[in-house]
Amino acid sequence: MADTQQLDSIGASITEGLGNAVLSLNVIAEELILNVERNSIVKTMTFLRDDVNCQFKQLMDLCGVDYPEREKRFDVVYNLLSMTQNSRVRVKLQTDDEGQVPSVSSVFSSANWWEREAWDLYGIFFSDHPDLRRILTDYGFIGHPLRKDFPLTGYLEVRYDDEQKRVVYEPVKLTQEYRNFDFLSPWEGIQLDLPGDEKSSSELDDVKLKKPND
Amino acid sequence: MTEQNIKNFTLNFGPQHPAAHGVLRLVLEMDGEVIDRADPHIGLLHRGTEKLIEHKTYLQAVPYFDRLDYVAPQNQEHAFALAVEKLAGMEVPPRGQYIRVLYAEIGRILNHILNITAYAMDVGAMTPMLWAFEHRELLMEFCERASGARLHMAYFRPGGVARDISQELLEDIDKWADGYPKMIDDLEALLTDNRIFKQRTVDIGVVSAEQANDWSFTGPNLRASGVPWDLRKAQPYDVYSKLEFDIPTGKHGDCYDRYLIRMYEMRESVKIIKQCVANMPPGPTSVDDNKFAPPSRENMKRSMEALIHHFKLYTEGYHVPAGETYTVVEAPKGEFGVYLVSDGTNKPYRCKIRAPGFAHLQALDMMSTGHMLADVVANIGSVDVVFGEIDR
Repeated sequence: MADTQQLDSIGASITEGLGNAVLSLNVIAEELILNVERNSIVKTMTFLRDDVNCQFKQLMDLCGVDYPEREKRFDVVYNLLSMTQNSRVRVKLQTDDEGQVPSVSSVFSSANWWEREAWDLYGIFFSDHPDLRRILTDYGFIGHPLRKDFPLTGYLEVRYDDEQKRVVYEPVKLTQEYRNFDFLSPWEGIQLDLPGDEKSSSELDDVKLKKPND
Repeated sequence: MTEQNIKNFTLNFGPQHPAAHGVLRLVLEMDGEVIDRADPHIGLLHRGTEKLIEHKTYLQAVPYFDRLDYVAPQNQEHAFALAVEKLAGMEVPPRGQYIRVLYAEIGRILNHILNITAYAMDVGAMTPMLWAFEHRELLMEFCERASGARLHMAYFRPGGVARDISQELLEDIDKWADGYPKMIDDLEALLTDNRIFKQRTVDIGVVSAEQANDWSFTGPNLRASGVPWDLRKAQPYDVYSKLEFDIPTGKHGDCYDRYLIRMYEMRESVKIIKQCVANMPPGPTSVDDNKFAPPSRENMKRSMEALIHHFKLYTEGYHVPAGETYTVVEAPKGEFGVYLVSDGTNKPYRCKIRAPGFAHLQALDMMSTGHMLADVVANIGSVDVVFGEIDR
């Protein structure tokens, strides 16, 4: 497995070869992470595949990640493997729901389905893709299920209708509320104003109870 | 005679066809009996595993990995456990590592038995499945004795394994490993020089090394194309670096080579199992940190602290430091990777599962174009697809 020193030297040759296309390059926990501009992804991938010092000949994985609070909400993450260097690199770029990411299926044939998957699950649009159809979800599915704002239970459910003799789609009916326990620090950080709190603020200032966050 | 335009014929293969290995729907464009284009439609077994994992704690995510490639469940858990350990900075004690490698190799044999025999059945040989499934059953009994479950073990936990295994179990595994090579010999006698089997597989679905790289082949399918690459050797995890085994590679990259590689790998796995049993060190099986691994049952009855730890672990779970990792294992089908993004809470922010079968099935079009209809069946069988992991 590649050590940090080797990753540093690969990183140096990447910055040298790609120049401005590289936004940042880090080695975190023995993993080489490369942030690039959206429109230079094809150039980056071609370089990483063909450069003598890189030879990342295999695209191992391609996926989206959703950060809805960001302006450009999606990350597209490419994991590449170089067998000659015995090392990996992770290329990341940022995009939003309207922007188009150039497809890398001309560089790596295997990117085809993974880009279809990212389109299906996140709605990330890849330009110049030969066949951008949905892949994992149902025929005629609406929405992009892996987005953080898509509910876990979905919107539609199916059942076989005995009268119509076919499968019918209906809005989801939950017999029980989805149990989402918030285990994250119920003791600290409660921001609500509890009934009776207003008494502690003005006239009873001196006997005021300490709020948990103070 | 006047020329006539003959329209290509479109054929639906599956999803309910025994040779479709589950729920593959294949739309084939045929020119006579020759394939023009193969378009696999997947997703009929999509269960939203990645979405579900985002809503569960790290420990609750473990059983979902069993249900991906349900033919060799242990190996998937292994990847997830390693990913969480990497983010949390845990070091598993030696006994835990040896047990994991032992069961990972049992998983590999489980997988190869199913693949080879089902594949042989696809191309016309009935007997291998009837013979070899006895050994699958024996191996599943070992799984049951270790974890309580025959198939979905949920045994490899982040930080080690769920519980220790007994000396008798180790001896029984050793005894089984002595006898199993005889079964491999019998299978080889049935298939390797079998005229019908060779007619159906030799020079079918040839994949060159360049094509294999381009289509992200891994595991036996890549090695059959002549690329000596195995993560157990190249990027060893757990105790693989201390064990001796060989990596077989093929020459032609056809269906027959992919079969031979799997046969050879079973023999190597038996060697690894024997070494694991012989070198099994004593000691704990999980990290000595009750913030990640639960305290012993006995301890819980007496110690208040242990009881609190147990309660917190199985309700809130543990918090994994923020960060991201792409961690891989050599699963029986190829590189199984987990791209795990943690935001510091008790649930994964994103858990992308890189299934080897996804890439292999994608290349089916490349492999099958120009072949006859019957060869598609041999191709599907030889690349070893399981829809649990492809559809996720």
